[in-house]
Amino acid sequence: MAEKVIECRELTKQFGDFIAVNKISFDVMKGEIFGFLGANGAGKTTAMRILCGLSYPSSGTAAVAGFDVYKQQESIKRNIGYMSQKFSLYENLTVTENIEFFGGVYGLPMQEIRRRSNDLIRTLGLTAEAKKLVGALPLGWKQKLAFSVAIFHRPRIVFLDEPTGGVDPVTRRQFWDMIYEAAASGITIFVTTHYMDEAEYCNRVTVMVDGKVEALDTPARLKQQYQADNMDEVFYRLARGAKRSAD
Amino acid sequence: MKQLLVFIRKEFYHVFRDRRTLLIMFGLPVAQIVLFGFALTSEVKNISLIIIDQARDVNSQELTGKIKSSAYFITDESVTDYNDIEKAFKQGTARCALIIPAGFGNDLLHGGSAPVQILTDGSDPNTAKTVVNYLTSIMTGYQQELSKTPPLRYLIQPELRMLYNEEGNGSLNFIPGVMALVLMIVCTALTSVSVVREKELGTMEILLVSPFRPLLVLVAKAIPYLVLSLANFLLILFLSVFVLDVTVKGSILLLVAESMLFITTCLSFGLMISNTTNSQQTALLLSMMGMMLPTMIFTGFMFPLENMPVPFQVISNIVPARWYFLIIKAVMLKGLGFGYVWKETLVLTGMMLATLGIALKNFKTRLS
Amino acid sequence: MKVLRFILRKEFRQIFRDKTILAMMFAMPTIQLIILPLAMNFDVKHVKVAVVDNDHSSYSRQLIAKVGASGYFRIVAAMPSVREAMQYIEREQADVVLEIPPAFEQQLIREGKQRIGVSVDAINGTKAALGGSYLVTVIGDFNRQITVNSTADPAAANTIAITFSNWYNPLAEYRFYIVPAILVLLLTLIGGFLTALNIVREKEAGTIEQINVTPIRKWEFILGKLIPFWVVGITVFTLGLAVAWGVYGIWPVGSFALLYTFAAAYLLAVLGFGLLVSTYTDNQLQAMFVAFFFMMIFMLMSGLFTAVESMPAWARAIAHCTPVTHFVKVVRMIVLKGSTFADVQYEFYILVFFALALNGWAILNYRKTS
Repeated sequence: MAEKVIECRELTKQFGDFIAVNKISFDVMKGEIFGFLGANGAGKTTAMRILCGLSYPSSGTAAVAGFDVYKQQESIKRNIGYMSQKFSLYENLTVTENIEFFGGVYGLPMQEIRRRSNDLIRTLGLTAEAKKLVGALPLGWKQKLAFSVAIFHRPRIVFLDEPTGGVDPVTRRQFWDMIYEAAASGITIFVTTHYMDEAEYCNRVTVMVDGKVEALDTPARLKQQYQADNMDEVFYRLARGAKRSAD
Repeated sequence: MKQLLVFIRKEFYHVFRDRRTLLIMFGLPVAQIVLFGFALTSEVKNISLIIIDQARDVNSQELTGKIKSSAYFITDESVTDYNDIEKAFKQGTARCALIIPAGFGNDLLHGGSAPVQILTDGSDPNTAKTVVNYLTSIMTGYQQELSKTPPLRYLIQPELRMLYNEEGNGSLNFIPGVMALVLMIVCTALTSVSVVREKELGTMEILLVSPFRPLLVLVAKAIPYLVLSLANFLLILFLSVFVLDVTVKGSILLLVAESMLFITTCLSFGLMISNTTNSQQTALLLSMMGMMLPTMIFTGFMFPLENMPVPFQVISNIVPARWYFLIIKAVMLKGLGFGYVWKETLVLTGMMLATLGIALKNFKTRLS
Repeated sequence: MKVLRFILRKEFRQIFRDKTILAMMFAMPTIQLIILPLAMNFDVKHVKVAVVDNDHSSYSRQLIAKVGASGYFRIVAAMPSVREAMQYIEREQADVVLEIPPAFEQQLIREGKQRIGVSVDAINGTKAALGGSYLVTVIGDFNRQITVNSTADPAAANTIAITFSNWYNPLAEYRFYIVPAILVLLLTLIGGFLTALNIVREKEAGTIEQINVTPIRKWEFILGKLIPFWVVGITVFTLGLAVAWGVYGIWPVGSFALLYTFAAAYLLAVLGFGLLVSTYTDNQLQAMFVAFFFMMIFMLMSGLFTAVESMPAWARAIAHCTPVTHFVKVVRMIVLKGSTFADVQYEFYILVFFALALNGWAILNYRKTS
């Protein structure tokens, strides 16, 4: 039995009358690529923000890397990486400056940052751009850089919120290669997406509809269960009953 | 035309969604009216005065009695040593000191002339000058009382008439000033941000590829602020009339028309700033920090323009608020008609057209 | 502490990267400090008078000449009728109309009494009151003068001989009063506005999320924002002192160490205020407006332009609750009077209190988890 890195029971988040996340429960195992699917407004980002310690849940329990989401957010934060929907590195800092800053914030020593940063820039093929402002990079590079920064401090879990939005298919492919590599090194991947072909790359996926978890299994078994040829169809069957429109 | 309306509605949404900004926008004039109307006064009062009476005779006591009964001073007779005056000045506990030397009464009655000394803390020259004036006039009064000089043979009595302000309402001068200042700051800052924000957020590109003419985009951006500023103006007018008891002597219609002109000028200024800057931060710092002090100072409502060095009087001509201030004063407080303000109106119109032209030109270059 | 170093490096890099903002931070206050004090002068001199002389007698001419020579007035026009003279007031070309009635001299000699009309544009209250009282003084002198001239024995009056001296500023020049005030004002605006915009900017750009998801401590983050602007503020302050000395010849009488101690504490308070605004607002426009609103009130109440003592009690109470009031007072005291720490320690504790309270509040209100 693999180690559970995320345990989530009846987790709920309410904004006034609106229940964004409605009693969701699931576990994520160490080293897993865990897909979190759902239409826009289904509650994916809200759930993810709770797990990252950015937002308090209304009820239910959850533990991330063994720490409680109510009281130990700061301990959670030491063990995770996060890449938000919106590109959020500093556009007016250079590639190396961004890496150095985020590495430093996680308490890595300077020599270590330098060493890893050089490696990273080389593997990303950004040597020529290392001294350029991040704002000037093309979107695909920005996303790859953001992911690399999110796992730079070698967290136990990394949360990716629609990491490949607006990126071309080739870059997306490269991006997923990076994800696999990270998973192979032992980092648990928690990823939201609405590209169904990407869902196929995950070890297990949950499908959220109207704030609830409607399905949770491996892509293969879900296809079997819903007698579908691909994840697209699975998703369509589950999501068409959704009442919430896209936001 | 319908497209324009859609556009304007979008801009209105932006403005009304931000309740806090809206609140401040209307809170600003209210706070200013209250402060200028009730808190700030150029009159000098409650000045702490040290009296060292070394004479302690009938005359010196009569004199200090008169000073003590004056509303201007808070007197302190506990200090007896000359050296302690400096200490009090340095601690800021006293602003001035009056020293009546020994033998005051004797000198005054028999010697013909009795010296007294006034010391002031000159670090606030305004107060220092006023103190000397107040004390001098009290002493002159006492001296005249004492010498019982025969009434003057010839007496010219000036008959003072206060024009436009018989009640001596102290708020009159600053109301046009507050109007000019608030409108200038609010309009310029809001519009300057409105364009730059779209640039920062990247939504500008969507506008640029839309089939709108650049003029239309600018008009749509400006109209909500025009409406809000006008509401702001009416609020100040309302407060002036009902809270500060100011009577509007001239035509309201002319007042509103001139204000529209001024608001449009400020909006053009804002658009010009926003078209020449690239970040909200720069635009805001320019329009608020860069404009606030010059507007306050060169409008002429706090500091008389004619006292300034000539180059500044020339510079003040390019501050739109200055012209608006003159117009409002003439129309609202003096009840004069358009015939008296056409020159100022012309200047404002010229400024408006020039800035709008520059804004538009920059906007177009960005397009191509 | 190690983390703080990385935050500081990042903040400094960002500040120095934006050349426009950098220029604005240093050039704008310097230029304004050079220019504005010259323009801020409360003295009412040269009240403009339009005269209507309906008498054209020797006394009427003497009186007009005396008014003109008094130094307070400038005679801008002599008009045949009040109606025409009033046009000067309407066009702001005159402040006062002086009207001498027909048969002025005749009646003065026959009855010993005569009235003259003085009409003042009373919209500007200060100017009207001063102009009116100057005119009354001049006419009073004239009364005495013609009385003396026509009587044989000048009354030997018992006079009080008043001598006065203005300490620290013998000529009662405004620059000594205004320059330190403007310096404080600019420091306040720079510090307050820049910090108010700063965290909000990260909120708008979304980078704050990335920060909030790291194990950064709240005080580290706030301190990381505070220190760079504190350095900027101290630099602006130093530049300002240099301008005050170079342009206006004002060299602090008191100790520099004391001055900088106060500036350090005050800047912390102002920056804390800016950060606090920044934690409460959602976008830059909002932050700027909120900051501006309070700055405006602080500024007007601080005794910068009008003395705090003269305000009504409620306004004085508010004035004492703003750090600006205390700092303006102290800077004037140290720079002009050479006050020592013992003289101003009360103000120092107040400023330290503000610095701690505002920053503490900002840290408390900055939430990494919402």
